[in-house]
Amino acid sequence: MDRPLVEPPARGSDAPRLKDGPPPGSAEARALDETWADPPGFFGWFCPVNHKTIAKRFIVTTLAFFAAGGLLAAVMRAQLSRPENNLVGPDMYNQLFTMHGTTMMFLFAVPVMQTVATYMLPLMLGTRNVAFPRMNAYAYWIFLFGGLMLYIAFFFNTGPDAGWFAYVPLSGPQFAPGKRVDFWAQMITFTEMSALVEAIVIITTIFKFRAPGMTLNRLPLFAWSMLVTSFMVLFAMPAVMLASTALIMDRLIGTHFYNPAEGGDALLWQHLFWFFGHPEVYLIFIPGLGFLSAIIPTFARRPIFGYTAMVLSLIATAFLSFGLWVHHMFATNLPELGKGFFTAVSMLIAIPSAIQIYCWLATLWTGRLNLKTPLLFVLAFFFILVLGGMTGLMLASVPLDLQVHDTYFVVAHLHYVLIGGAVFPLFGAFYYWFPKFSGRMMSEGLGRWSFWLMFIGFNLAFFPMHLLGLHGMPRRVYTYQAGMGWDNLNLASTIGAYTLALGIFLSLVNAIRSARSGEPAPADPWGGGTLEWATASPPATCNFHRVPVVYGRDPVWEPPPPGAPAYVSGLAADSREQLVTTVLDALPDHRISYPTPSPWPFLSAVATTILFVGSIFTPWAIVWGSVIVAVPLVGWFWPTRREAAEHMALEKQP
Amino acid sequence: MKPLIVFVVASAMLLAGCEREARRFDTPANNQTASEQAQRASPLQPGASQGGPVRDAFRDKSPYDGNAYAVNQGKQLFRWYNCNGCHSNGGGGIGPPLMDAQWKYGSEPAQIFQTIMQGRPEGMPSFGGHIPEDQVWQIVAYVRSMSGQLRKDVAPSRSDTIYAGPPENARMRLVPQPQTPDQPTPQGAR
Amino acid sequence: MVPPVFGLCLRLVLLAVLALLLASLSDYALAATPIPQAVHDALDAMGPQASHIASLWNVFLAACAAVFLAILAVLLYVLWRTPRADGGDVPDLSSLREAEPGPQRHVTRAVVVSVLALFALVVASVFTDRALARLSLADAVNIEVTAHQWWWTAKYVNGGPSDSFTTANEIHVPVGRPVVVNLHADDVIHSLWVPSLAGKKDLIPGRSTVMQFRADHPGIYRGQCAEFCGYQHALMGLLVIAEPPAQFETWVQGQRQSATEPTDAKALRGKAVFESSSCAMCHAIQGSLASAQHAPDLTHVASRQTLAAGTLPNTPQDLSAWISNPQLHKPGTNMPATPLSKDDLEAIVAYLGGLK
Repeated sequence: MDRPLVEPPARGSDAPRLKDGPPPGSAEARALDETWADPPGFFGWFCPVNHKTIAKRFIVTTLAFFAAGGLLAAVMRAQLSRPENNLVGPDMYNQLFTMHGTTMMFLFAVPVMQTVATYMLPLMLGTRNVAFPRMNAYAYWIFLFGGLMLYIAFFFNTGPDAGWFAYVPLSGPQFAPGKRVDFWAQMITFTEMSALVEAIVIITTIFKFRAPGMTLNRLPLFAWSMLVTSFMVLFAMPAVMLASTALIMDRLIGTHFYNPAEGGDALLWQHLFWFFGHPEVYLIFIPGLGFLSAIIPTFARRPIFGYTAMVLSLIATAFLSFGLWVHHMFATNLPELGKGFFTAVSMLIAIPSAIQIYCWLATLWTGRLNLKTPLLFVLAFFFILVLGGMTGLMLASVPLDLQVHDTYFVVAHLHYVLIGGAVFPLFGAFYYWFPKFSGRMMSEGLGRWSFWLMFIGFNLAFFPMHLLGLHGMPRRVYTYQAGMGWDNLNLASTIGAYTLALGIFLSLVNAIRSARSGEPAPADPWGGGTLEWATASPPATCNFHRVPVVYGRDPVWEPPPPGAPAYVSGLAADSREQLVTTVLDALPDHRISYPTPSPWPFLSAVATTILFVGSIFTPWAIVWGSVIVAVPLVGWFWPTRREAAEHMALEKQP
Repeated sequence: MKPLIVFVVASAMLLAGCEREARRFDTPANNQTASEQAQRASPLQPGASQGGPVRDAFRDKSPYDGNAYAVNQGKQLFRWYNCNGCHSNGGGGIGPPLMDAQWKYGSEPAQIFQTIMQGRPEGMPSFGGHIPEDQVWQIVAYVRSMSGQLRKDVAPSRSDTIYAGPPENARMRLVPQPQTPDQPTPQGAR
Repeated sequence: MVPPVFGLCLRLVLLAVLALLLASLSDYALAATPIPQAVHDALDAMGPQASHIASLWNVFLAACAAVFLAILAVLLYVLWRTPRADGGDVPDLSSLREAEPGPQRHVTRAVVVSVLALFALVVASVFTDRALARLSLADAVNIEVTAHQWWWTAKYVNGGPSDSFTTANEIHVPVGRPVVVNLHADDVIHSLWVPSLAGKKDLIPGRSTVMQFRADHPGIYRGQCAEFCGYQHALMGLLVIAEPPAQFETWVQGQRQSATEPTDAKALRGKAVFESSSCAMCHAIQGSLASAQHAPDLTHVASRQTLAAGTLPNTPQDLSAWISNPQLHKPGTNMPATPLSKDDLEAIVAYLGGLK
């Protein structure tokens, strides 16, 4: 018979309360559902702190930005399908590719990984919500407003046009007149705030909010990848914050950070930006590795091979990724010996990734394959990402890079590693976890059509670009002349791009149809081993009616030994209470009372938006905007008597 | 009512953005003048002298006072055509300052246009026929920005040059004090 | 088994594609490349710098292809031979109890091989770096290239100030002699890249840098700006014409001369119009009143293969079209449309056509 692990450390009070522990369906379980429910109604829509609610909105928003970025790319590819085309002129094309890169890198790739994590991690870790739930909500609203600001600017001809990397002096005050680049730089502020906040949320959740018994050695590899990613965010985002702030100051108030004539340096921007920019691509890639480590064991019917090596590889990749940034600057006049060092590190980082690939292949080799759509997307990773990694090695070498830098060869490489290393795993993860968050199965047939169209379309779109780069076609060109030998390759690339788009569209159709009328999904449709499969599909608002105790890396596959406690009991069912565990061994540490739904995160985000958007036009907005921001922040943290009384009542005298 | 006001204000700001950010490469302000009646008012011309009258300003409003790209082009042309040689970066020297409130020949766009096209006695060359009309309007807009006549979001910011004074978008608007200008006497080109 | 919605989606997407492609079938503004015979391929090496890099490319291609094919082979083997299972099948937890020496050995070996291969590639890269730095610079031709939005100035400085001359958008180099190019940027960051001769180098405002190469075969080599620099980054080409040393010397002597004085009436009129209209505000022609530095030097413009930095062929029709409406061919370029009468335009074209 299940017996609770221990009663959680007791505090004051003697009033009898409803506590969790009994099986679902009982009064306590219904009380839990009600306690953790989202507030109803129109105004309630702005208040939820449930990580699943916020993550669902966040995922839809990031996927909407993905679609927008894809549409921009579709227009770009239409323009480049023929030489000397004039579908769009140079000004619009510059805005298109800037918006495409900016959208994909800042508004899609990193946020979508963080939001899938904020949805799945509490389920995978066996807890009821993320740490700092109101801050989690704030991160979403900030992100939404930043992205909307950028797109509204774009629709009013104020979209940035200096590239997603915005090199000075082209993006500086003399060569980028108007407010276009200012909107870009301020969008950076929004999105890196959102990313930093989410990173704090994720790190704290992983360290302190695990099910008892889930030692670090039993932490799912997806959680490890998000932990590593979040630490990287903490160190990488400040660099771009610094760079973009200096740029805003140069443009708005006439500082000289990037003005060589007054002692500034155009290369300073490149150093600061790429110190962020290189880890940024690993921020996108490492969660993709986490998805693979989540999907492969399930579809190979065995635990992952080489768990320790995998964890160490993730950590090594994260550290090394901060030492590569100069490989984006090999064509500048930095000293050659220094560049050689970065060649070596850029090649070195292939080793931890190679270790991971070998371990996955070993897992697949020694397992038994369940060839469903999630696994198909994962298998595509081994083709696409490895090819991208090979071209990455070529780009790591200074002499080779001097030929192919800033050509379509790099465009091919970056899409191979990002789409192969992150987007395909993301789609696999989407198909994998769709039954969990929607309660319905996606269509396997449509999934296969989507996969094959995406795979074939992707390769047709991007492989010819390697050849284009070697044959002399530079990047970021709105047109090219006929007779250069580039015509047919570009046309093939455009056809491939539209095929890829069709494949993605089919997945969208699949998702929408399945959400409405797909086959209802059981709790564990794929036979997975991690904790998210131990709860209903979709999960109850409190995630687990009974918080599980964990005895292995794949808790669903490794049930508790006989006589050992299987669940935690004793947390209040009529108040939002959460168990906090220790960092290394996940022993129960204390209970906390969770923040309730609140409109203050939304209002703080509105105030922050006013501050940031105002400061595009005048530096005084910083002053007045700070006052406006302070007000909802005060409201956010203001304690209420009711909450204080509730918390006191939950304490029990020892 | 309040949402309506917010909507109207927001739309106005956004539509202003449309004009501020427009990049018109097809030089719409060329050859619009109704007539070529203005007489040159200076014997000096850059390069070889041309004979004949120059174009009038065809309108009173500057076509580019709200267009950041055009004003920035004007700043670049101010440097390229060596206006700095006499006017420095607005501080004056051989020529009068352009960043102060004193406007000998008027501060209205049409008046500045005439000054550039016709030239003025005592040293201002006549640029009519040497600088295309569209570019002259760009320079006109830039000159007005030097004393803060343009909106802050349109006026250019600092250049990537040695510091030459506060950027135009940080200058207070100086209310123009037109002196009674000497009527320029028509002078034929030499 | 294709769901019916698939057909509808496919039709919608095809319609969108067709619409976009049709919309782009409007009239051309550009010419096709004016020098189709120019070589511009990184794998078509015409000098030692490019050929060192091309050799390294072969090494990397072989090594990377081998690795990729090996991993693909393992993947295909896995797909072929691994037994299938279902979500309902019990997972195999034996690896939790027992060590797996077989996979451990294989993975370890693969990692060791990978490390050794990477090390070899690093060594190959360093050796190529060294070879690139060891180009003999004896008796070099010295050129100072300045990049502007969206054209190139080239100033030849061998022999001291009285022997130096300036040209634009097209440089001639002697076959077999090294060329040392000092690189500056006038406005934003550009990058000089002539794929068949050497790797690229960025031109950064406020910084001075150097590029060295040698052309070992005569021919026309096309270069292009390779760092996004604004509206006409796409059409900022540079021609490098490698010729036998004697021909090169003749060219140099010709470039050192001032502009040919026009003799016929039309060209004389053209010169007068050039000097008295907006042309002289930006362009220079040595030996005339025009001496501005903000646009390409036109002293010997008729000797060049192309106009507008590799955009148009250098023919009278193209020159006339370019002068009357530059924005049609290179929207955003700094050259304005100068209102000229038909006669004046013809005269200028005749004058410039005589500036060999």
